Amino acid sequence: MISLAGRDILHSWGKFVLTGMGLGLLIGVTLTMAGVYRGMVDDAKVLLTNSGADLWVVQKDTQGPYAESSSIKDDVYRQILGLVGVVRAANVTYLTMQVRHGDKDERTMVVGFEPGQPGEPGYLVAGRRLVRSHYEAIADVKTGFRLGERIRIRRHDYEVVGLTSRMVSSGGDPMVFIPLKDAQEAQFLKDNDAIIGDRARTAANPALNRPGVPGLLDAINASQSSNRNVNAVLVMVAVGTAPDAVAREIRRWKHLEAYTRAQMEDILIAKLIATAARQIGMFLAILVIVSAAIVAFIIYTMTLGKIREIAVLKLIGTHNRTISAMILQQAVGLGLIGFAVGKIAATLWAPAFPKFVLLEPADAISGFVIVMVVCALASTLAIHAALKVDPAEAIGG
Amino acid sequence: MKLSLNRNIGFILAGIALIAGLVWVVIRSGPLSPIRATVTTASRADVAPGLFGIGVVEARRSYLVGPTAAGRVRQVNVDVGDTVRTGQLLAEMEPVDLDQRLASSVAAVERAKSAVDTAQAQLTDSQSRHKLAIANARRYDDLGRKGFVSSTVTEGKAQEKKSAEAQVAAASATVSGARQDLRRLNSEREVVGAQRASIRLLAPGDGIVTSRDAEPGSTVVAGQGVVKLISPDSLWVKTRLDQNRSAGLQVGLPAEIALRSKPGKPIPGRVVRVELVSDSVTEERIAQVAFDERPLGISVGELAEVTLRGAVVKDALTVPNAALRTRRGKTGIWLYNADSLTFVEVRSGAVGADGRVQILEGLREGDAVIVHSERDVDERSRVKVVPALVASGS
Repeated sequence: MISLAGRDILHSWGKFVLTGMGLGLLIGVTLTMAGVYRGMVDDAKVLLTNSGADLWVVQKDTQGPYAESSSIKDDVYRQILGLVGVVRAANVTYLTMQVRHGDKDERTMVVGFEPGQPGEPGYLVAGRRLVRSHYEAIADVKTGFRLGERIRIRRHDYEVVGLTSRMVSSGGDPMVFIPLKDAQEAQFLKDNDAIIGDRARTAANPALNRPGVPGLLDAINASQSSNRNVNAVLVMVAVGTAPDAVAREIRRWKHLEAYTRAQMEDILIAKLIATAARQIGMFLAILVIVSAAIVAFIIYTMTLGKIREIAVLKLIGTHNRTISAMILQQAVGLGLIGFAVGKIAATLWAPAFPKFVLLEPADAISGFVIVMVVCALASTLAIHAALKVDPAEAIGG
Repeated sequence: MKLSLNRNIGFILAGIALIAGLVWVVIRSGPLSPIRATVTTASRADVAPGLFGIGVVEARRSYLVGPTAAGRVRQVNVDVGDTVRTGQLLAEMEPVDLDQRLASSVAAVERAKSAVDTAQAQLTDSQSRHKLAIANARRYDDLGRKGFVSSTVTEGKAQEKKSAEAQVAAASATVSGARQDLRRLNSEREVVGAQRASIRLLAPGDGIVTSRDAEPGSTVVAGQGVVKLISPDSLWVKTRLDQNRSAGLQVGLPAEIALRSKPGKPIPGRVVRVELVSDSVTEERIAQVAFDERPLGISVGELAEVTLRGAVVKDALTVPNAALRTRRGKTGIWLYNADSLTFVEVRSGAVGADGRVQILEGLREGDAVIVHSERDVDERSRVKVVPALVASGS
């Protein structure tokens, strides 16, 4: 038995393939949109994974350090290290800032971490880890910095000694890792004019600048220009210890807030990126509907374009089933080409996106199923039109 | 038919291209794709640990010269940048009433001297009266014994002698009282004199004036400075080193001091003191690093980056520190062995300034280890070894 569909496709395969590719690009866009959504969620998760923590200890009654600002004293980690079940605890600071790179600014998240402790980037793609306790930095490759370049953060220059990848904030900003003490300073330090202004204001206050108490003014100025705060303490618990139990202990006795990985994920995904994710999700839903409609219309018009040939087929006594199969096979073939082109296109252009686009195999599979179902449904419309045609049309007109 | 064959070929080619593209996509991305990584072998090398700290240029000997009591500044003889010698008059406070008090003390001393003279004269007078009374008493005693005068007269003379004796004692007490008074007043005069001298602010040592904190006419309290001096030979860098990276810190370590004003030109120096007390709040140790030669154009309070060269560990088994990974709370290294990966826990030692870290335990020489990877690897990861993951930097 000869394949009617195959013969018809071969008759004008160029047109067929081009139509399939056009469809494919549309499917590619839809897959990419799903990838953008997945990428957002993954950015949030990767932020948590990279910190390597089981618990995040933050200021009481805040949902820091990512979703809200949190500020705790930098000696809190000592108390936490003393708790049963805690293996490591380290201070960490997060500061989103513009970092100058050549002529332009890069939006980055500057992370202050302690080498060898949670919060340190887990792997590097180039260079080395920090060996000096000041003025060295590890940058994410997305920042565009290269090894040996110098980053200016506030008033100090940092040498990029290592590069890492996929280290992003929940907003997708690439990270720059610097030693904790430098980061504390960067977070707090004002520009020189502001410092001088502050000193003058303090000196003008008669209660603080008392002639009978030499040294008081200096002491006040010194205490005003130091920062002993961090944003969070990252805690690693011992294997076999439930993070929840340690978190309860911290909340109850240390008067701080502690979040486990699951709670942190909930804060980030359900709260921090919820609106943006819903926005993308809405767009994705519309895109899926529009794509389905376009696929249906393409198959429908393709069939209408062959209506005379179908009439001839009916005239020579071809079974309805054969005609339906032809249209269905063509639709499915179109879907296959479209899906393949779409998958390839999405994979090719995904790395070019400024933010991370995660193309998950599961998404691809469900996309494939949806494409096939939509093609099959769309072909029913065309089959209906084809079966309705009067064989007389083949002769008339 | 030929046309149809051509068409068939074209269609088949398009189909093959599509399938090939799809296969490529599946292999290159997603969970099946290999992780690109760089691999190196553990090798023996010298590890030169570098201790890094930041510090501030300070003077070991600095002098805050000011009055010992509250007062008003009368004159300041030196200005910032002046070189001064030990004992040089730097500034003077207003004496207010000190001169008058000194004059009054001097006058009081003079008066006390006169009082001593007076008492002395009174003593001489009473002594001569006493002598006379003794002679009279002796004479009347003789006469009385011979019966020329009555015993009443004799007794009267004896009493006169006793009274003259008491007067001598009283006069001599007055003299010693007057002398003590003189000594007291002399001391008081010296006190005022010392006070007068102390308002002259003299340089306690050779040095350079670094600040002039009060001008003539302004009032300063005790302990407040008028002039600050430093001894320029005693400049050093008070260096703060992170406690957890200060192993091996000791006196005598050679140092490179990069001043913020001249970051490209490190100045050689040496650790001269490691403070016994470290900063418990900032968790830093404090070491004093002196310059080998006194640098020119250096300013006190300038920020300096200090790199100390620790003792070199000879011929140690090393890997780049980027190879160290943390996995389930343990520090270790991924061994790469022809497509299989194993995580071994290691104990690391000295870290060189170049980023190579000494491995004390857990690794053998020649083991291939994963250094860089584009993702976190685990036992099941497929790894594709590449020379470098990113184009090398400038």
